[in-house]
Amino acid sequence: MSALVSVAAAAPVPTITTPSVAYLALLPIFIVLGAALVGVLVEAVVPRTERFAVQVGVTLTALVAAAISTGALHNKTLTTPSPRGSDPFFRGSLAVDKAGLFIQGTILVLAVMAALLLAERSVDVGSPIVASSATVVGSPEDKRLAASGRVQTEVFPLMLFAVAGMLIFPISNNLLLMFVALEVLSLPLYLMAGMSRRRRLLSQEAAVKYFLLGAFASAFFLYGIALLYGYANSVDLHDIFIAANTSTKSDVLLYVGLALLLVGLLFKAGIAPFHSWTPDVYQGSPTPVTAFMAACTKVAAFGAILRVLYVGFSSTSHDWRPIVWAAAIASMVVGAIFGLTQTDIKRILAYSSIAHAGFILVGFLASTADGTPNKDGIQSVLFYLLTYGFTTLAAFGLLMVVRDADGEATHLSQWSGLARKSPVVAAVMTVLLLSMAGIPLTSGFIGKFIVFKAAWHSAGPLVVIALVTSAVAAFFYLRIVVMMYFAEPPEHGPTIAIPGWSTTIALTFGTVVTIALGVFPQPIVDLAGKAAHLTT
Amino acid sequence: MTTATGIQSGVWLLVAIPALSAAVLLLAGKRADKWGPWLGGLITVPLFGYALALFFSVKGQHDREIDKHLFSWIPVAGFHVDAGMLLDPLSIIFILLITGVGGLIHIYAIGYLSHDEGARRFFGYFNLFVAAMLLLVLADSYLLLYVGWEGVGLTSYLLISYYYNRNSAATAGNKAFFANRVGDVGLSLAIMIMFAYFGRTDYAHLLFGNVQYTKGVAAAIGLMLLLGACGKSGQFPLQTWLPDAMEGPTPVSALIHAATMVTAGVYLIARSAAIFEASQATRTVVTIIGAITLLYGCIAGCGQDDLKRVLANSTVSQIGYMFLAVGLGKGVFAIGLIHLLGHGFFKAALFLSAGSVMHAMNDRIDMRRFGGLWRVMPITFAVFGCGYLAIIGFPFATGFWTKDKIIEAAFDKGGTSGYVLGICALLGAGITAFYMTRALVMTFLGEKRWEDDVHPHEAPRIMTWPMLALGALSLVGGWLLIAGGNVQKWLEPSVGPSIEVGAHTINKWVLVAITLVVVAMGVAGGWVAFGTRPVPVTPPMGVSPVTTLSRRNLFADAFNEAVLMRPGQWLTRALVFFDNRGVDGVVNGAAAGFGGGSARLRRMQNGFVRSYALSMLAGTIAVVAVLLAVRFQ
Repeated sequence: MSALVSVAAAAPVPTITTPSVAYLALLPIFIVLGAALVGVLVEAVVPRTERFAVQVGVTLTALVAAAISTGALHNKTLTTPSPRGSDPFFRGSLAVDKAGLFIQGTILVLAVMAALLLAERSVDVGSPIVASSATVVGSPEDKRLAASGRVQTEVFPLMLFAVAGMLIFPISNNLLLMFVALEVLSLPLYLMAGMSRRRRLLSQEAAVKYFLLGAFASAFFLYGIALLYGYANSVDLHDIFIAANTSTKSDVLLYVGLALLLVGLLFKAGIAPFHSWTPDVYQGSPTPVTAFMAACTKVAAFGAILRVLYVGFSSTSHDWRPIVWAAAIASMVVGAIFGLTQTDIKRILAYSSIAHAGFILVGFLASTADGTPNKDGIQSVLFYLLTYGFTTLAAFGLLMVVRDADGEATHLSQWSGLARKSPVVAAVMTVLLLSMAGIPLTSGFIGKFIVFKAAWHSAGPLVVIALVTSAVAAFFYLRIVVMMYFAEPPEHGPTIAIPGWSTTIALTFGTVVTIALGVFPQPIVDLAGKAAHLTT
Repeated sequence: MTTATGIQSGVWLLVAIPALSAAVLLLAGKRADKWGPWLGGLITVPLFGYALALFFSVKGQHDREIDKHLFSWIPVAGFHVDAGMLLDPLSIIFILLITGVGGLIHIYAIGYLSHDEGARRFFGYFNLFVAAMLLLVLADSYLLLYVGWEGVGLTSYLLISYYYNRNSAATAGNKAFFANRVGDVGLSLAIMIMFAYFGRTDYAHLLFGNVQYTKGVAAAIGLMLLLGACGKSGQFPLQTWLPDAMEGPTPVSALIHAATMVTAGVYLIARSAAIFEASQATRTVVTIIGAITLLYGCIAGCGQDDLKRVLANSTVSQIGYMFLAVGLGKGVFAIGLIHLLGHGFFKAALFLSAGSVMHAMNDRIDMRRFGGLWRVMPITFAVFGCGYLAIIGFPFATGFWTKDKIIEAAFDKGGTSGYVLGICALLGAGITAFYMTRALVMTFLGEKRWEDDVHPHEAPRIMTWPMLALGALSLVGGWLLIAGGNVQKWLEPSVGPSIEVGAHTINKWVLVAITLVVVAMGVAGGWVAFGTRPVPVTPPMGVSPVTTLSRRNLFADAFNEAVLMRPGQWLTRALVFFDNRGVDGVVNGAAAGFGGGSARLRRMQNGFVRSYALSMLAGTIAVVAVLLAVRFQ
């Protein structure tokens, strides 16, 4: 937190006053960060045999408590945007507004589910996480540990740190703070990506790739901030907005800065052409971590994009719209086309998440006649993020239970005839895939419908492209369904592991939400509508 | 229109309870084999009780149109699709019919299927049917109605093919399904037209609001609805599936293919009264279809040797009467609906006694092998007799009150068309009397012509009690429905007042007398032809062309085969050929293009971090370039 104070102190004010802080509004963040620190202490003091239970308890308690406190906040009037000097959130660095709370709530609920997946202990010896990441792959020590069932629990505090970063990221009104949040959420993810218990080399490769490319993207982001500071003399989104409207300077700095900022954000959200890390990292990471990344990171990244574009750059929307157009088209096309020839279900889901990112971007382009972004667009983005998060998390989670001797059986051919072995797994997967394809009576249909409806008037051609690409993408979703139901099972096919209580809860919840939001979407659509408000 | 209060707000339970029961029966597996049929059969009793309670609760209210909003399905700005239920006089008489007659048939089925190993599956489907049918009539928008409509189509298919290891049953199920698909396309087109023109499908707006229909829109919607109604109700030209549907167990024939589901078409038209009212041309088409079908059904009914097929054809014909009535215009809707209720009673009674005969005769249904059954099955004979009197319109039995009213209304339409329709209806009554007499005589009277291994016996009490109840209703039900015009008055808010259309073309009493004479001639003809001389056990050859026509269902199947199926097959073959060479070229080309493109592009995803970084850099340059280009264009 000292970094924040120094940022505030850098502002040109004659005397340094301590910024006032509404601690209650930031309670969710404090709870998660506090629990992360407690988790580190647990590693130090609790004996190894009891650590797993304690860490799971701490993590789940913290996330649930944070989710509840976010829910409790949503009815309160929180933001007092003016006068800015007395703003309760670190002098305007943070904006806890309705949209921010909706995104934080979504992240927290999804994080609870991801934590439940991480707490799985039944399907494999130990847990999906490697016992000791530092051991050389294939060494005698590694083999001994792999067979021993020893579990590693550092992953829980790491996850909590990442969640804390994700909570700050979408509510940052200050670009430097946003950068810090970005790093806080990214660094633990780089580590977690390399912690798979099975196929460790693939996992470590994924971690290194993610780290290198992530660092590359962060550098762009940071350079963008520098350029914007050069233009606006501030790193505050509000000041940049004012400067963009009033400044008489050449605005090359503004646009190059915005472009580089966008690169960093689009990278995190896995949007083409900055998506290339996604399939490799999603495939290599431990599946619960993949589920966590695919759901929570994406929500946080879109929250940040929403804030940057709508708060800092809403007056220049004419200029950034073509970029978002192009990125949306590229993402949808890349996701759909590349997905066609994949044979690994994890990679298929990775490409599917790229395509979904494109659909969400379509919602960003909903605007009123004069080009200013409108409420329907924000509402559709918020709702789509929620539906996408639950479906994706459950779909990745489900991959954990179909296994063979080498761990998860994710090759498409191994899933053929699965319906005969386990009608339940096949039925749940079918529901989730239909939702991703956007078939009615699932949440995916409502999400797509709302996005397309919102964007139709201002971005009609884009909606047409979106419909065509979703038809192409439906092919590879339905191919899995056809394989499961109409193909002969292979001779030495995978077995269906019985998942433990935590995974069962997470999968059930994800599936139920997927169906419920397809049949009774009204309350959540209304909630997203009420939340479609950003403090500028 | 008011909102639901008190017990009315639980109206969704009417759909939820049987659906839940179906889920339990179908998911519980073998565990439920013992108690499953009892659960499935008796679940209808509380449903009927609740339906009665709803009836009295609505009756005690001044405004009898009660809307229960359930939830919004798609609530986006400017586009709302809601799910809700409408309790009004029309839907209430249907829920009473479905749960009441349906309840009796459910109880009968417990006995009928007591030796069947798949009884649990049967009751699962049966309860699912009840849920879908109740949803169909309770829906407050065409879209939700469509859900129920497809639900009853599905359950009808499942139940016709219940004995799925019999080839004939599986084929009959497919036939019903295909014919219904044709109709369902009509209904879905109607719903799409509604969306296109009005942006919504709820009754509150389309039927009870003040929508001004232009003739063209009303005709388009009306004709498409009619196509849907024809498919579901087995009306010309989609009638041929209904006789084949008798392959299902007899309770299915009684409930789905006589009393309730096949009347859904009549419900649809009566419900859409406001739309049909706006297009005279569409109403004329409805009456013509009704008249053609009622004659078709009668004539086809004369030549069948399968008792259930006789009854099925008579169902086709009686629904033809109902179509005729609802096509005649607003004042006659109520008469058509009353005939629907009365028909529900007597046709259920007839089918259940036919089922009892089958039960006794080792599932044989050839009337040429029956005869003289009245001695061994007196109760069944009595119930069949009640149904018989009701359907032919014997004085003071149900048909006398309800069917004769339709004949009267047809004549009263006036003009040449009135006479043509009236004479068709009158003729139909005569032929009905003929073939029903034939069925009665061949089954119950005369010599016994059973095979030696058959030992007919009366059915157990769980079957005879529901039969007796329905038999009694067939006798007095019509009078109860018509007496004092109570039902007509009750239906007024939904379908408008029952008014006498035009002047009486023929004096009422004269017409009654003429009808009775025609019916008597039919009965006498039937008795002379089949009661006075022995019935051969194999169908005689070298019969008159009329008999051949009747035996072959007026060549409707042959017509369909020659005109629709064969050319359809040729067309399919030609299309497949064209598809393989032409369309597939394009489609596969596109798919191969996508696939090939995908395979080629995949090489970009080569796993090297340096390549990824390079692509990111290229992307960054592009983003910067585009932003600057937009800015400084």
